[in-house]
Amino acid sequence: MTTVPAPIHSTSDPRMGLGERLHGWAVSVDHKRLGIMYIAAGLIFFVIAGLEATLMRLQLIAPLNDVLTPQGFNQMFTMHGTTMVFLVGMPVLLGFGNYLIPLMIGARDMAFPRLNAFGLWLFVFGGILLYYSWIGGDGLYGLGGAPDTGWFAYSPLTSKAFSVGHATDYWILGIMVSGFGSMTTAINFIATILCMRCPGMTMMRMPLFVWLMLTVAILVLVALPVLTGAQVMLLLDRFLGAHFFDPQQEGSVILWQHLFWFFGHPEVYILVLPAFGFISEIIPVFSRKVIFGYPLMVAATVSIAFISLGVWAHHMFVIGMPPWLNSLFAASTFLIAVPTGMKMFNWIGTMWGGRIRFDTPMLFATGFLVMFLFGGLTGIMLAVVPFDWQLSDSYFVVGHFHYVLFGGTILAVFAAIFYWFPKAFGRMLSEPMGQWTFWLLMIGLTLVFLPMHMSGILGMPRRVYTYQPGRGFEIWNLISTIGVPFQIAAVLLLVINVVKSLKSGRVAGPDPWDAWTLEWETASPPPSENFRKIPTCTSARPLWDRKHPEDPDSNYE
Amino acid sequence: MSSMPLAHSAPASMPSRGKVGMICLIGMESWFFAGFIVAYLFYIGKSSTGPQPRDVLDLKPVLVNSAALIASSFTVVAALRKLARDEMGAFKFWMALTILLGGYFIYGTGVEWKGLIEDRHLTISTNLFGTTFYSLVGFHAFHVVVGLLMLTSILILSMLGHINVVRDHMRIELVSWYWHFVDVVWIFVFTTVYIVGMRP
Repeated sequence: MTTVPAPIHSTSDPRMGLGERLHGWAVSVDHKRLGIMYIAAGLIFFVIAGLEATLMRLQLIAPLNDVLTPQGFNQMFTMHGTTMVFLVGMPVLLGFGNYLIPLMIGARDMAFPRLNAFGLWLFVFGGILLYYSWIGGDGLYGLGGAPDTGWFAYSPLTSKAFSVGHATDYWILGIMVSGFGSMTTAINFIATILCMRCPGMTMMRMPLFVWLMLTVAILVLVALPVLTGAQVMLLLDRFLGAHFFDPQQEGSVILWQHLFWFFGHPEVYILVLPAFGFISEIIPVFSRKVIFGYPLMVAATVSIAFISLGVWAHHMFVIGMPPWLNSLFAASTFLIAVPTGMKMFNWIGTMWGGRIRFDTPMLFATGFLVMFLFGGLTGIMLAVVPFDWQLSDSYFVVGHFHYVLFGGTILAVFAAIFYWFPKAFGRMLSEPMGQWTFWLLMIGLTLVFLPMHMSGILGMPRRVYTYQPGRGFEIWNLISTIGVPFQIAAVLLLVINVVKSLKSGRVAGPDPWDAWTLEWETASPPPSENFRKIPTCTSARPLWDRKHPEDPDSNYE
Repeated sequence: MSSMPLAHSAPASMPSRGKVGMICLIGMESWFFAGFIVAYLFYIGKSSTGPQPRDVLDLKPVLVNSAALIASSFTVVAALRKLARDEMGAFKFWMALTILLGGYFIYGTGVEWKGLIEDRHLTISTNLFGTTFYSLVGFHAFHVVVGLLMLTSILILSMLGHINVVRDHMRIELVSWYWHFVDVVWIFVFTTVYIVGMRP
């Protein structure tokens, strides 16, 4: 049965040379190290994408500015969007899944450790391939550079005639390769969750984060192959002269939009469901209450995933679909607000009457509730077809999805970093610095993204490299850009916090937050085999049961 | 050291991770094919120039091909039965037959494509029919080739005496699942290309 190998050298062992330590990480198949590498690589890309966004904001600070050339601006928004979705969101969230799932279900590792390492390195290689386009994108034509077709790469912009050089090819291949990595990881998640749970861990006793990652993995397996297929078609168009998306030869540009958004909308939920998972773990612990409505949360999760597969054409209202299709997709989009609303109420219900401790993770979680609600409400506004006709492809949409993905996913990721950092590294992050990070980020995010709704309603289209003075856009763009330094300061403060705390942070111990899920039962950082002895569980809060044998949760199941 | 996966196995009551992994892979691949089938259906009858399906596709050889591929699903089941009873000779025979049938399918596809390209002048860039036909049928054929490579590796390993029934039965069964999947995809591809696509 289970054999525990001899303890391996810790990476922090000072006797080991740097080369030896790096080699240890590079050849590792340990889910914890792979998870940390996923998150670290994702955060490096986060900084790169942030710099790209900063350049765009500098260009837009005043009308008729010339920080960037028009083509440079196009490359910036394409690389920013692509990087944030594929090289920041996915890997960071999959990284947390990698690190946490085996610990939370009481397993020693993922179901397929080698496949896991393979997935990580595919993602890293895909990211490098995409960024290599700055160098190699010129191709034989000496034109091009980075991709400049927008993150959804609408045809015919991507055809040979309009996308000279190899920029688009690097876009296709980089995303495809990192997509293969995500798909192998998704297979690994599902196999791990279904097959590797510790004794007593039934499906309905799993932490909600594990439920959400299971759902996300299924969405990845449905959505990403369709994108890969569409990208293969585009490659065939570009290299073998096929006509899938070639309107000159009766091909249809609308087909690309359908295939892309059939992937693209579930992708949004792939990016936000793990954030729901973080929040569902953090809010109960810091409210000192059991999560409110666990079975309903599971049901809402599965419904969101299911409905999210049937809403993709709400990205395409302006292409002129028949009214019945518009109505259908508007209705399904409204419908998805119902289970999402249930989740909101359940989180608030968990906080209600609890003894809330506003440590940094909880601050971020509360910030998430407010910001994500705002982004969700503007999303419902955009689901109204005539409203969307008016504001589609305006800055209102940019503001909307930044509230969902920054105010939602990124805030939740910050919450997760502060919550699980002590587990991964054995030391607490500095609490005062964490509070500063939170407030700087909240101010920055409001200053940058709230005015975008205004400039959008005033008629400013997205993806324009500049604008004429005198149309009322100046003030909103100026405020947006003023918010950028706040966000930069917040991220810098987090980096300083991490570096300082790794050296001299307070020692955390196995369970610094007095939490209830299994990852807090083992040492911080966990030994390479996770648990000396495979744990057992008798309820959804195994650690509560062990801490309170007089009143275990299992009495109420 | 750290590059070795920790030895572990799932508790007895849990499903096998190999089976779950293979089902996930098959589900994922199905969605990949779904994209190409949707594209084929979307573009049926949209080509105003070049050859049309009914002008150039010949159903008879394709039916023979399909029969060979579908038969190979049964022979691989027979091979697994023999393997379970540790009858290695019969196992090798049925595996070899499976590979031959699958190989015949690929050969038949090759002959069909040669005729289409050389005699009918239909290539992937001729018109939308060519574009969707070669990509859909081609990706299926590619999956058949991958399946054949796996089956052939198993046959070679068994001839070298490296197959251990207790250890490897599950692994070979999983490969056979993949092979059945390739077969089922062909039924969908066949229906799309040769039945729906050729309707008057």
